[in-house]
Amino acid sequence: MESVLATRTRKISGLLIGLAVLLAGIVCSIVFGVADIGWHTIVSSYTHFDGSQQQLIVRTARVPRALIAAMAGASLAVAGCLMQSITRNPLASPSLFGINSGAAFFIVAASAFFGVSGLSAFALLAFVGAAFAALLVYLLGSIGSDGLTPLKVTLAGAAMTAFFSSVSLGILLTGGQSFDQVLYWFVGSVAGRDMGIFASAAPYMGIALIGAWVLARHLNLLGLGDDVAAGMGQKPIYVKLAAGVAVVLLAGGSVSIAGPIAFVGIIIPHVTRYLVGIDHRWVIPYCAVLGGILLLAADIGSRFISFPKEVPVGVMTAIIGVPFFIYIARRGERG
Amino acid sequence: MSNWLNFRGRKHSFQFHRRTLVAILLLAAANVVALVVCAGLGSTTISPIEVVRSLFGGGDPSHAMIVVSLRLPRVVIAMLVGSALAVSGALLQGIVRNPLTSPDVIGISGGASLGTIVFILYFSGVSIRFMPIWSIGGAFAAAVLIYVFAYRRGGITPLRLVLIGIGMATALTAFTYMLILTAPFTPSAVAVKAFTFMTGSIYGVSWDRDVLTLLPWLVVLLPVALVYARHLNVQELGDEVAASVGSAVHKKRTMLLFVSVALAGSAVAIGGAINFIGLMAPHIARRLVGPAYGGVIPASALVGSLVLLLSDLAARIAFIPLDIPAGVFTAAVGAPFFLYLLYRHRKA
Repeated sequence: MESVLATRTRKISGLLIGLAVLLAGIVCSIVFGVADIGWHTIVSSYTHFDGSQQQLIVRTARVPRALIAAMAGASLAVAGCLMQSITRNPLASPSLFGINSGAAFFIVAASAFFGVSGLSAFALLAFVGAAFAALLVYLLGSIGSDGLTPLKVTLAGAAMTAFFSSVSLGILLTGGQSFDQVLYWFVGSVAGRDMGIFASAAPYMGIALIGAWVLARHLNLLGLGDDVAAGMGQKPIYVKLAAGVAVVLLAGGSVSIAGPIAFVGIIIPHVTRYLVGIDHRWVIPYCAVLGGILLLAADIGSRFISFPKEVPVGVMTAIIGVPFFIYIARRGERG
Repeated sequence: MSNWLNFRGRKHSFQFHRRTLVAILLLAAANVVALVVCAGLGSTTISPIEVVRSLFGGGDPSHAMIVVSLRLPRVVIAMLVGSALAVSGALLQGIVRNPLTSPDVIGISGGASLGTIVFILYFSGVSIRFMPIWSIGGAFAAAVLIYVFAYRRGGITPLRLVLIGIGMATALTAFTYMLILTAPFTPSAVAVKAFTFMTGSIYGVSWDRDVLTLLPWLVVLLPVALVYARHLNVQELGDEVAASVGSAVHKKRTMLLFVSVALAGSAVAIGGAINFIGLMAPHIARRLVGPAYGGVIPASALVGSLVLLLSDLAARIAFIPLDIPAGVFTAAVGAPFFLYLLYRHRKA
């Protein structure tokens, strides 16, 4: 298939335009909302901070929210891309395979039963939970002679998601948590988070994003099939393992800052491959940029769909994502 | 002694597999025992003998009050909802010939939840008797959508049906959240209630409000399921074979699908989106009575009722005085069971 952006020049300019849109999205996310913020307030709240309400909103609510949305979107998209590459399953994504809800479950359970609190602990728990769920779904999906079929692994993922989210909900309801918290750990939201939350997981996610890009060359080779890759001198198992670690950091990190947001990881890799083809050296940066844009846009939309109430962004992405999912599922069983 | 019991009437004759009959009778007995035990356990423990006495109008009046008007409706609802979900699942697994489907996995329960939430939020003045109609309507809308989306090049593959169903289930859940959150007035309490509903809970049900709403539907639908079940036996052989032995494949399949969806919808109206029973119960039933649907349907109903009774008992008494949604327990038991099924069907 000929991709839309075929030449190198077009790809670079496309990426630059994407980055510009991402920046514009961050600015829009800071400006629009229930409280009106002027463009100049953004700058002045960092250059001439005077403690006014508007500047406080910018510094404590809007900026973290925009950064979290961009980071979580980028991470989920890249995680989805890596998963689709290593499993060769067009439906692979952190939410569908139960990785997001596994990470959320670990945080909910640990804070309810063992009184764990603190942001760095949450990030760590999310990584452990994501790794646990990923391993479980991978093992369950790949038992049997025909290996990792899309049906088996999707069913295993759906079952794990149902399990993790039901049990999380039970814990949250018995713990007398507030409704907002329930919602947050259930569908994902970027509202009401502060800079500390962002800072707790962002470094890991940043490292994993760079790591994914470094892996790109190896993923290209792996795309030819395990046997060919091994014949060319690659050790497929190491590449898959490294990609798996990156997925865990990316998905776990985004759950710890934004909850289990669905469908970003499944939509964006497909859009990206349509745009730039199958070369991962381009696919991964495009995924990151487009994922950030999608989640920012969904978050801005979620503020206006029933203004002045806000809908969690996870609900928005599910509604945007499902038609797309149906399209991918219809297009073919094997890819 | 023959393996079969035969009953010959003038116009009809029936043949029962002896082992199936024994299994069904044992399951029924287990249900009765569970009913008595569940009605006795809770924050006030009442002995089984006392429970039986109050059931027949005797015993200590305060105990009789607890048993008859507080616990019994809940126990009965658990049995009704459990059996409706189980039969719905058994029919669906037969129709799509995939042992891993169930109304909740492929989004039919999600559609029913959406319909119910619309009713709860926007029609609070209307009699609750109409609630199952909304749930069944939602379930049908979801089923039709899933069918349409999964239909391609003149047919439906089970794989595509399941994948699309999982996607639809997620979308419907998202829509339901959105409705709850954007409703004209949603105090936090109503929202938490809606959330509890979406996990599946039969907390605080009453005779008049819930049992009488659900019962008429099941009285009609369950016998229809039993009568039509034999068409599933022949459909298991494949569409061509079924057609060649004289079964009107598409007509019967549509009817079976209708019954399955209506059962799931009416169960969700009262019990909420309880997961995994529609998946588990038919498998357990098949292990007990073999693959013929004449036995699987009643056995599934009894197993489903038993599973939900015990899950609800656990939900009620595990964390006294907290009453957690029964759906949490069915998920806790059901998910490992599902994974075991995946493992067993690994060659499929």
